[in-house]
Amino acid sequence: MAPLTLDELRKKRKEAQKNIYLREGKFKSKIIVHMGTCGIAAGAREIVSAILGEIEILTEKDVMLTTSGCAGLCSMEPMATVELLNSPPVKYGKLTTDKAKRIFKEHILGGNIVTDYAIGIGSEKGG
Amino acid sequence: MAVRRIELMLCTGTGCVAGGAFNIYEVLEKEIRKQGLEKEISVIITGCNGFCGQGPLMVIQPDGIFYGFLTPEDIPFLVQEHLLKGRPVERLMFSPPEKKEPVPLLSEIPFFRKQLLIVLRNKGIIDPEKIDDYLARDGFAALEKVLTSMTPDDVIDEITRSGLRGRGGAGFPTGTKWKICRAEQKTPKYIICNCDEGDPGAFMDRSVFESDPLSAMEGMIIGGYAIGASHGYIYARTEYPLAIKRMNLSISNAKEYGLLGKNILGTDFSFDLEIRQGSGAFVCGEETSLILSIEGRGPEPVQRPPFPAQSGIWGCPTVINNVETWANIPVIINRGADWFSKIGTKTSKGTKIFALVGKINNAGLIEVPMGITLKEIVYDIGGGIPDNKKFKAVQTGGPSGGCIPSSMIDIPIDFESLAEAGSMMGSGGMIIMDEDTCMVDVAKFFIQFTNDESCGKCTTCRDGSEALHEILTNITNGDGKLMDMEFLEEASNAIKDASGCGLGATLPNPVLSTLKYFRDEYEAHIKERRCPALVCKNLIKYYILPEKCTGCKLCLKNCLPGAIKGELKHIHIIDQSKCTKCGTCLDVCPPKVSAIIKVSGKEMENITGVEEPYPVKRREK
Repeated sequence: MAPLTLDELRKKRKEAQKNIYLREGKFKSKIIVHMGTCGIAAGAREIVSAILGEIEILTEKDVMLTTSGCAGLCSMEPMATVELLNSPPVKYGKLTTDKAKRIFKEHILGGNIVTDYAIGIGSEKGG
Repeated sequence: MAVRRIELMLCTGTGCVAGGAFNIYEVLEKEIRKQGLEKEISVIITGCNGFCGQGPLMVIQPDGIFYGFLTPEDIPFLVQEHLLKGRPVERLMFSPPEKKEPVPLLSEIPFFRKQLLIVLRNKGIIDPEKIDDYLARDGFAALEKVLTSMTPDDVIDEITRSGLRGRGGAGFPTGTKWKICRAEQKTPKYIICNCDEGDPGAFMDRSVFESDPLSAMEGMIIGGYAIGASHGYIYARTEYPLAIKRMNLSISNAKEYGLLGKNILGTDFSFDLEIRQGSGAFVCGEETSLILSIEGRGPEPVQRPPFPAQSGIWGCPTVINNVETWANIPVIINRGADWFSKIGTKTSKGTKIFALVGKINNAGLIEVPMGITLKEIVYDIGGGIPDNKKFKAVQTGGPSGGCIPSSMIDIPIDFESLAEAGSMMGSGGMIIMDEDTCMVDVAKFFIQFTNDESCGKCTTCRDGSEALHEILTNITNGDGKLMDMEFLEEASNAIKDASGCGLGATLPNPVLSTLKYFRDEYEAHIKERRCPALVCKNLIKYYILPEKCTGCKLCLKNCLPGAIKGELKHIHIIDQSKCTKCGTCLDVCPPKVSAIIKVSGKEMENITGVEEPYPVKRREK
């Protein structure tokens, strides 16, 4: 490889930054896919892959995708919870990859709750 | 690289590697593939995370969950539960000793919360073997800034204003050293990085090389620009194979990117680096002998002045700084001297890395702002002393440092206050001692170390350390005389005054500081033949309490020299003439019985062990 010029170094740094975003924790929003046995059986893993695909094409990777256990409403699986900064979490149910992509674009990126698929706002209270 | 959902930041510092981290890496990869998660999840190898007492360990990102004490057997369950099903595994999380509830998040574990990371800013976040990871964390941005918008004098001025002082131990102002070297007329000039870390229990420099080698390297390149050097040496001890491997890899990566070599980033500035390995002689950490060692000569320190900044390697002006000092440079350039000088105390700026070891709950590597108190380090970060024992002293500065007693626990840590207390900052070893530590024995240990490591050039150091060791051995054997304490003091001061280098000048510190703060222990050894901490073997006896012994034969079976007499349901007796004082009987006696004690001094007189075992029943009557 030829030695880098200043501009090339800066470009390389920008590229590299895309690869470590998971470790730096600068997220504006979070989507949690529920991965209990029920969720996985209903297709939660396809939902995860679809959302990963959406994150991949983002230039500013500030969406955190994470998973959690069964949400307790197994008949509505696959389910996901979307949390935007300073707003209550929103739960979505009976997801498909297309629905997940729409939620990603409209709610996570656009900030508007997709009322067609939403099944609840807020979380249960801890005892 | 395609995006990932989870990254597993697996610590592969030397501690975790010794604990089987690479084995865990293999099982992780296998299990991830087995669950079909290899496109969503990757395992990242990182340098030392710092919480070595919990190793092997890893952090799950982006959640920030910390798992410790991992074994290969835990991995299949962990992968299935956490990575596939999203259910974090509580039993592998960190739980503070006094609490039952685990603390899942790294950011909430007290060990990490009070730390301030400047030098270790990238630890656990980057893969130290990938230059792109370093770039992503603003790597080489400081070099860019220096080469495009600063003159060498600007750089030196910035470092001077930051108040950075050498982290190798002596604390000489870094900017001043660079300025002296730059002003020298003679060329060529050289840069040296001192990674000859030899203090027992210290591993700061090794960890920087293992977790973020490029930050130290970037500092060296900037240093080369500032003083006008085009060649640098890294002197690392050969016992640090992983650190050397990662630094070598970093050098070739940097060369490939044109960050080392001719015309760096298309400018007129050229700089190259090579590693020289030392064979682990303690004295090679002393700068003049380090230089001789690189030159291929015997490492006997030479008199200063002239200082290396004036006449160093091959007789040329040389700036030699410690690993931690070099790793501070890029951050100071990036964030500015004003920012840096706001951290710390009046005379000591920035942070300091310590290797926190010994009788402490949370052993590991910590980086704290200067001015933090000893108490915060021991109790907040260190989590206190194991088994609710009493904190007795802390030894800082390695064999050249001293012991600071528990009564001084509120002193702020900086160069001056540690020196006032009779110790020194040193390179950052911090050994915590509890009530079971004998301070005379500690002094003897360190003197034995320096006596072994003295190069032998100066009589006071060579023979003086021998004399100190002999006297301390006598005292711990119970053969001490009252005048020994005076002799120790006098000899220590003579060694300080008349030795040529830092090794000799500081080696009496452990003796002087323990004499000052723990004189009563010396007196107990000499006057009463008593070791208050019950450590010195010649001054203690093990004894089986007849009122507690149940005659279970456990100690008898475990006693290798066969010094315990007894039979089932008979009260056991230790034959003192055969006892080697190994302490095994005390360790194996069940806690609810606790029949075995250690005694010292007067109490030993009546314990002979000549009586014969007798039935437990007789006692009950």
